Amino acid sequence: MAQAETNRAIEAVWRIEQARLIAGLTRMTRDVGLAEELAQDALVAALERWPEDGLPERPGAWLMATAKHRAVDRLRKLTLHQRKQDVIAYEIETESSDVDIDDAIDDDIGDDLLNLIFIACHPILSVEARLALTLRLLGGLTTQDIARAFLTSEATIAQRIVRAKRTLTEARIAFEVPRGAERAERIASVLQVLYLIFNEGYAATTGDDWMRPQLCDEAIRLGRILAGLVPGEPEVHGLLALMEIQASRFAARTTADGAPILLLDQNRARWDRLLIRRGLAALTRAESLTDRPGPYVLQAAIAACHARATKPEETDWAMIARLYGLLAELAPSPVIELNRAVAVSFAESPAAGLAILDRIADEPQLKTYHLLPSVRGDLLAKLGRHEEARREFAHAASLAANSRERDLLLARANG
Amino acid sequence: MRFMMLMIPKGYETAAPGTVPDAKAVEAMMKYNEELQKAGVLVALDGLHPPSMGARVTFAGGKPKVTDGPFAEAKEVLGGYWMIKVKSKQEAVDWAKRCPAGPNEMIEIRQVQEMEDFPEDVQKAAAGFDEKHNANR
Repeated sequence: MAQAETNRAIEAVWRIEQARLIAGLTRMTRDVGLAEELAQDALVAALERWPEDGLPERPGAWLMATAKHRAVDRLRKLTLHQRKQDVIAYEIETESSDVDIDDAIDDDIGDDLLNLIFIACHPILSVEARLALTLRLLGGLTTQDIARAFLTSEATIAQRIVRAKRTLTEARIAFEVPRGAERAERIASVLQVLYLIFNEGYAATTGDDWMRPQLCDEAIRLGRILAGLVPGEPEVHGLLALMEIQASRFAARTTADGAPILLLDQNRARWDRLLIRRGLAALTRAESLTDRPGPYVLQAAIAACHARATKPEETDWAMIARLYGLLAELAPSPVIELNRAVAVSFAESPAAGLAILDRIADEPQLKTYHLLPSVRGDLLAKLGRHEEARREFAHAASLAANSRERDLLLARANG
Repeated sequence: MRFMMLMIPKGYETAAPGTVPDAKAVEAMMKYNEELQKAGVLVALDGLHPPSMGARVTFAGGKPKVTDGPFAEAKEVLGGYWMIKVKSKQEAVDWAKRCPAGPNEMIEIRQVQEMEDFPEDVQKAAAGFDEKHNANR
């Protein structure tokens, strides 16, 4: 096999195996930083050996065996906490040496992976650190990739990851899947991290166009993995449904030169039906698991109302208004009210929507939010109050951070 | 990137209607499917009934003509497919290699075309359609 081809093959194996490798090693060494180093060592060994020896029949098992040998060596050399480390080294050696991680379906490895997800998203870490660590340990993204995705320097991300690993080591985080009340809180943190990763890729039209779709892909992939690991959690399926449905609109949401197209103006023929189908299936699963849907299930249900409508006129706005109402009960927020106002304006009348906007007009949280005057302008225009509408659009344009959106608003202000 | 892994089992072209794989093969395949799913790469999958239960529609001379299966001229036919989302063709190949397939089976790997794979003028044409579509609303 040619060198380049072998390297590509190793890269592919690495992508498939690395999270499980780090997860298993974390359980054995109780140290996520060390686990990652050992996994890297095994990768280096593969890069040295495989071009000559050829790819092993079970590359995952080879990497794990190599990493375990290194783990034992490394732990033996450490003098600190000598006795405890000896115990761990002994445990690693005596653990069945032909653990087959190609048979990764067994519960142990599933638990290891889930555990690693929980660790990377641990509430003890800052949110930025959770994002970086998750992408690094579970997504297998390089520091350079992550820096590009978040429009920051490689050094910043590297620092963030090093510090996060140190924090985890120093806090002696328990390496087991949390149970009971703690579990709900930990799952919430994981979901938050995944959705932030997704939105980082989805929301901005600025930044590195090549890297950002990968963030969405990664978040969805991790969401799918998580849904397999904790199939009984409605919010996990809710988030997955939400991401799949939003991702279905990828091809339709910008023009060829990158200008955003609003949801109602999108060419629905370009929505990805397969992702919609997956999203709706995940939503059905989520709804079958609970009578009191949480925020992700509700947001997915709203996205589903749009996905089910083959034409904008077919949108079930009354249902959307009701779902926003439920969402507001769970987590009252003027942004949700703003969205509810839009739904009500379609379900009932622009005047009814405007009445809701009047009630939240003075919310400090919305003072600099361009969508409030933008929506107001829209409703005023529908009511024939064009002069007032133009003023609102001009105001909205002055608040919009994204230049594409600003252009769109200015056009309406001058229209 | 999305890839189709197309399963092509030798002999399926002449299989009798209602032919299904045996329990043991199904069990192994289920385990494989589960692995794809747990890795978060599986987008869709289906198994297909043999061609003897299907039909072909050809368009010689510009007119549709229907022929019921099995198809005497067919040498390779589909038995099913997986669609997976991965980062490279190599990764798709690696997943295919892990399939518990039999000696008479072959997996063909084909990349799914996405909009960004088309040349710019085709993309522009599609976007132009969007703009017209929007203007007409």
